[in-house]
Amino acid sequence: MNWLNNILLLLTALLAVFAESAFDLTRHLLGAQIDVLPALMVYASLTGDLVTLAVVTVGGGLCFDALSANPLGASVLPLFGVGFMIQRRRALILRDQRAAQWVLGWLASASVPALTLLVLLSAGQTPLLGWGTLWQWLVVSATGALLTPTVFRFFDLVRHTFNYQPATETSFRPDREIRRGRQL
Amino acid sequence: MLVLTLVVLNLPTQTAARLKLAVSSLFLPLFGLAGTTHELLVRGADNLLPRRELVRELEQLHRDNQELRLLAARGTEALRENNRLRDLIGWQKQSPWKLKPARVVLRDPANWWRSIQIDLGRRDGLVPNLPVLTPEGLVGRVALVGLTRSQVLLLGDPSCRVSALVENEKRDQGILGSGGPVDTDLVELNYLAPAADVKPGQGVMTSGLGGVFPKGITIGKIVDARPVEYGLYTQARVKLAANLGGLEEVWVLLP
Repeated sequence: MNWLNNILLLLTALLAVFAESAFDLTRHLLGAQIDVLPALMVYASLTGDLVTLAVVTVGGGLCFDALSANPLGASVLPLFGVGFMIQRRRALILRDQRAAQWVLGWLASASVPALTLLVLLSAGQTPLLGWGTLWQWLVVSATGALLTPTVFRFFDLVRHTFNYQPATETSFRPDREIRRGRQL
Repeated sequence: MLVLTLVVLNLPTQTAARLKLAVSSLFLPLFGLAGTTHELLVRGADNLLPRRELVRELEQLHRDNQELRLLAARGTEALRENNRLRDLIGWQKQSPWKLKPARVVLRDPANWWRSIQIDLGRRDGLVPNLPVLTPEGLVGRVALVGLTRSQVLLLGDPSCRVSALVENEKRDQGILGSGGPVDTDLVELNYLAPAADVKPGQGVMTSGLGGVFPKGITIGKIVDARPVEYGLYTQARVKLAANLGGLEEVWVLLP
């Protein structure tokens, strides 16, 4: 089941990156394009192992950079770094709680673009920055926070559909059987 | 992961570009799907249009066509005269523009770049640094060229600099630089002379310097100007003629 989960996560990451490039409704409405990858990365780091996290961050990050003017690989390290930090602390995180998902989504969506910009500036690139960047950062963080519980619900639904359901134990116990009639 | 990132980030430019195009080819089926869906939607919308509306549009197109033919005839005559005069004074003849239409297929998903992808590539004769425009004005230049798709850097992107000329008496020249991250209509025109006579409403076009953009392509209009760096040079804001936020079709200027 784990491989199916990894493939599904990777496919979702690809589709999410394509959708971010193909549809720019939020860019027109809010002045910033939303990013689904941090939300996916939060899900991968809380539910999967290190391989799952690597698949999502490398696959998603490379695809994001391929469709963007980013140098190839600029998004991979920020995504993986934040995901790794979450995964290391995941025993302490109540991952089924909506509030926890919301806060983690917000933190991840805020830190991934900031770290990516740091990588770009360190690599000698000159990204488009200004006061408007702060607004874009707020929009990306807020939408990321809202998207994370949705991602959890979607994948929980998928897992529920494809996984074997746990066999429920019957309440019948032979030693408690009421036998009708007189026993001789 | 750190090593992988460092290796990929430090690849030679050509190799990184090839790798980037290879990764983006993963999206080819989705491009096809999106194209087909778009075509189906357009056809559906066409079928829903009433006949009266179509006839009205056709008549309007006929009128526009006749008007444009007249303009083209005048333009051809002016070009012929220009070439004759150039011959007389021994200047090199101007070659006519060869334009190729392209459809915008994707926009940059990152908020800190301004780029789009178009559905023309090496197969269609594209090479890096070709100017891209719309009937309203300049849009940007071709950056990366794949077999069937290319990346276009839009005006306002920090990597797309254009030598520009203000349409005033002094013919002030400057460099069109980056714009704001949110507003796609405004870009900065830097390095104008301190005594530049730049006023709101004056037109801005390409100066032809730099060898990438030919002279005379409309860029936009001056919004305001102010001295910067303690009066070392003047900086102006330019409202772009082309609507970069709503680009659907563009024209690539082939050599």
